Amino acid sequence: MVELIAERFNFIVVIILMMTGLYAVVATGNLVKRLVGLSLFQTSVFLLYITLSNVAGGLPPILPADAGYGGEGGHGGDAAHGGDAAYGEAAAQGTDVIYSNPLPHVLILTAIVVGVATLAVGLALVVRIRETYGTIEDEAINRADYAIDSEEKSS
Amino acid sequence: MMEWIAALVPALLTEHAPAVLVVAPLLLAAVAALMPEGRSAWAIALVGTLVSAVLSIVVAVDVQTGGVVSYALGGWEPPVGIEFRADALNAALLLLVSGLGLLSVVYALPSVADEIEPHKRALFYSAFLVCFSGLLGVAITGDAFNMFVFLEISSISTYVLVGMGAGQDRRALTAAYNYLILGTIGATFFVIGVGFLYMATGTLNMADIATRLPDLSGSRVVQAAFAFIIVGLGLKAAMFPLHLWLPNAYAFAPNFVTIFLASTATKVAFYTLIRFLFDVFYPDAAFVQASFVWVFAVLGVIGMIAASVQAVFQSDARRLLAFSSVAQVGYMMLGLGMGSAAGISAGLLHLMNHAMMKGALFMALGGFAIRFGVRRISDLNGLGRTMPATAVAFTIAALSLVGLPATIGFWSKWYLGIAALEQGWWWALAAIIISSILAFFYAGRLLLAVWIAKSPEHHGVPARARSPMMMIVPLWILAAANIWFFFDPEPLLALARAAADAAITGAGQ
Repeated sequence: MVELIAERFNFIVVIILMMTGLYAVVATGNLVKRLVGLSLFQTSVFLLYITLSNVAGGLPPILPADAGYGGEGGHGGDAAHGGDAAYGEAAAQGTDVIYSNPLPHVLILTAIVVGVATLAVGLALVVRIRETYGTIEDEAINRADYAIDSEEKSS
Repeated sequence: MMEWIAALVPALLTEHAPAVLVVAPLLLAAVAALMPEGRSAWAIALVGTLVSAVLSIVVAVDVQTGGVVSYALGGWEPPVGIEFRADALNAALLLLVSGLGLLSVVYALPSVADEIEPHKRALFYSAFLVCFSGLLGVAITGDAFNMFVFLEISSISTYVLVGMGAGQDRRALTAAYNYLILGTIGATFFVIGVGFLYMATGTLNMADIATRLPDLSGSRVVQAAFAFIIVGLGLKAAMFPLHLWLPNAYAFAPNFVTIFLASTATKVAFYTLIRFLFDVFYPDAAFVQASFVWVFAVLGVIGMIAASVQAVFQSDARRLLAFSSVAQVGYMMLGLGMGSAAGISAGLLHLMNHAMMKGALFMALGGFAIRFGVRRISDLNGLGRTMPATAVAFTIAALSLVGLPATIGFWSKWYLGIAALEQGWWWALAAIIISSILAFFYAGRLLLAVWIAKSPEHHGVPARARSPMMMIVPLWILAAANIWFFFDPEPLLALARAAADAAITGAGQ
């Protein structure tokens, strides 16, 4: 049991964060708190992606300065001296470098930008709602709009 | 005619057409934002949409002659780099989005001048261009994560555009806020699904995923990915129980935004559903098959009827049409749920037809609104006599929505009905008929108000009014298309069939 939890610790955290965020979005009537929940929900996904980029025993995916970019296995012996020795040697073999997958990190950089943009637009809308309605509670807003409707009908 | 236009484009541009048609409006959006006033920003938006429309034609011609067009962004070959990939399905969608985008921009100048405060107009057009570019990006990208980014580019600018309706009605703000919450949840679900797919296959290129999935169809990770992606995209496409954001967003957004969104945004989301169901996921896998019948067909039918019933009881004209849009998404879902070539091509035909009829209907309502500030159905009373040109076009589009013969709406329902019978789905045919009868009632309510009801007396003799020429022309182009394609449906049918074939044969082959 402990082993099971330890093995999947990241995923468990992801699920807890995800559900907390989603619950906050659904449960609260406060528009700002809802955005907080939404951000939490998005952030849990970032963690999910980062988790799956981990490779057991993987090195950071950084090429040593003198290794060059021609990572097709054709470096020859030059890459072996200097820099990160372990990495260089493995690179010299050309095949069995174990490194973490860098791609999800890059994807998540993009996703973070998307998340920030969404949050910014959301908060800007809340500011406008506060200016217009004088409240950021869902119920109070609905009450105010219902009042408009009944005025229109009576006039 | 398409070949003739494509031949005019210089060779260098033709070569890079798939990338330029997305990037051009995006760059022009930045230029538009710097403009001091609305008119010059509008001109830039017009140029942006025009460039994209012409290049979409170039891509479509390429697809017709040479099959699948693949463009490696930055010279990085797929599957490592991001690929823009167009087959007949993408080409049809690109034509639809850029064509209707162009028409609605022509329409926009007087409408936006009426509804948006002067100092916000330039930024408004800028947001529109970002949204437009995002939609085109979704329609052409061949990379799953890239699709998420483009979806969000278009969605975030859509929230802004919907919120701009606050100058007319403050409820636009809450509508935009709710759309933001639901839209973001949808996008996040989608990205979780894409993460799972990446976990299972180790690639993000959709064609590449497709080649690896058949071996993995028993995998729980793939099935979870499927569920997340369907829910996420279903939210974006306003699939029946996930449509709650749509009616208010359409009802309170500025008229121009409603026209553009109703005819493009949900269509693009629907396209992504088709792409994932038939191309990325292996359509013969048991869980995909089950989703056709038990998710898409059933929810499509329920949506067709339930949303139509809600539409009948609306008092706001645009909200009525918005509920009708949810019902029309139901028709497309039903076509998709059949899983056959006939079903998908009927769904796609309806997708294109619906873009034309709803575009025309919302344009006509915008025309009424600019003269008389019309919002409620009772405000439409007597407009048939005061604004005949707009009212006749409105009537044509409304009849097309019901599906009467002599309008393209008839062909949508005809082919959908035939596809249902091929499957032996009598209940689906019954649902189409019931939903059409309901459509007859809600369209009838609008038309009764326009033509039969008396105009309000206290204004004295109703003067004839006309909406500006720039609004009438795009409106009549769409209204005429509604009739034209009834008598000559072959181009649309060919487009829909080719697109459905492209969807079924898949990106993997």
